[in-house]
Amino acid sequence: MITLTRKIGALTLAGLTEMGRMFNFILYAFYIAIKSPGHPRHVLKQMIFIGVRSSFVIVLTAAFTGMVLGLQGYYTLTKFGSEGMLGVAVALSLIRELGPVLSALMVTGRAGSAISAEIGIMRISEQIDALETMALEPFKYLVAPKLVASLLALPLLCAIFDVVGIWGGYLVGVKLLGVNPGAYFGEMQKSVEWKDVYSGVIKSVCFGGIVSWICCYKGYYTGHGAEGVSRATTTAVVMSSVMILIWDYFITSVLL
Amino acid sequence: MIKLERVTKSFGSQVVLDELDLEIETGLITAIIGPSGEGKSVLLKHMIGLLKPETGTVTVDGEEISGMGRTALNRVREKFGMLFQNAALFDSLTVFENVAFPLQEKTKLSDAEIAQRVRESLSHVGLPDVERKYPDELSGGMKKRVGLARALLMDPAIILFDEPTTGLDPVICRAIHQMIKETHGRFGYTAVVVSHEIPEIFDISDRVAVLYRGKIIESGTPGQVQGSANPVVRQFISGSLDGPIRLIR
Repeated sequence: MITLTRKIGALTLAGLTEMGRMFNFILYAFYIAIKSPGHPRHVLKQMIFIGVRSSFVIVLTAAFTGMVLGLQGYYTLTKFGSEGMLGVAVALSLIRELGPVLSALMVTGRAGSAISAEIGIMRISEQIDALETMALEPFKYLVAPKLVASLLALPLLCAIFDVVGIWGGYLVGVKLLGVNPGAYFGEMQKSVEWKDVYSGVIKSVCFGGIVSWICCYKGYYTGHGAEGVSRATTTAVVMSSVMILIWDYFITSVLL
Repeated sequence: MIKLERVTKSFGSQVVLDELDLEIETGLITAIIGPSGEGKSVLLKHMIGLLKPETGTVTVDGEEISGMGRTALNRVREKFGMLFQNAALFDSLTVFENVAFPLQEKTKLSDAEIAQRVRESLSHVGLPDVERKYPDELSGGMKKRVGLARALLMDPAIILFDEPTTGLDPVICRAIHQMIKETHGRFGYTAVVVSHEIPEIFDISDRVAVLYRGKIIESGTPGQVQGSANPVVRQFISGSLDGPIRLIR
């Protein structure tokens, strides 16, 4: 019994220490991003990596998400004779929930894993130590630009996701299944409010912070060797994805 | 001068440095030798504040660095250059960008001045034509020389060499040693060299310290260490399998 209690105590302490270290990490990253953001080219490079290079996968997933929403929505709404509301159903689903969440999950899979692996490899090959020995701040080059870039890129990617998804729903609902195009966009314009849009933007900004925070942290404190980097990358992707879904619930409950 | 007093460091249950005392004299080349896995690199990382001791103090030119914050520590690190075991070049940057990096980030020199300094530094280490190559296109010896060029560029007062010749053939190994000796003569920095290269390391060192089981068990001039009566030192220098150093503990 004492052994079990001791184990639970040790696990709790380890968990709390890890959480404390993670919060210190993100606070210090914000501090560095504000105090010495460095050359804009570092942020621009990350914007291209996180944002521009994720756009293809975002467009692809958004198109098919919109199309499946159009399909499912049409057959459900037809039962109630209200297929004219298809545009509203597609737009609200995308703008409020699916756009921010799915775009963040896509970025986690594509860019988050790469961020974690890149920083992890720099750690095990002593490149981070090299920066420190030059009296340079590693956060300025490795963490802050990625944090700023993901905070800016995620809302933009989410906007692309929403627009492409709405057109995907239009393609299936209007062009394939014969919903009135005027009703599709007209009802959407009437029902979608600014509150829906900015709640999606707020979510995207938060998810951008979560992805860069967790992926940078896991890479920065990676274990030894290739196995350590591989474990850090997997943990970063799983943890980011889970955190995005958990955080989505809490933000939604506050913003609704 | 770098001074370590009663420094202890452990990883888990393994004590790597055990109340270790060591003084590195200014302007000299000090070699730290000893069997593999005895914590020589750990000792080097304490000197530049990459690791902090659990107990004891590390002093650089009279300033105690083990309790310093980031800003104060970075001020002390301005005095240092370091050549890592695997050179630790930034693999996404070219050789030119690697060597130029500290100048671009820490000085207000123009691009032309930086380019000139980088070329000078690369020519000091005998690598004039590799500027556009990436680290993975270079051999192990070339990487080390680029690392040395980067370390020399900011004209540091102290350079730490973490096994600068590991994994290199004997000719390149000798060339790197000569380069350390030559650049030390030219720039007059304090050098701390962690090495296994016996007996070559005695040719370039002014002082030698032997690390074994977390302590400095012998130190002095190369002649004094080579003439030591300590059985561990004698076995390590001779490379004999018989003696107190066990391969498996």
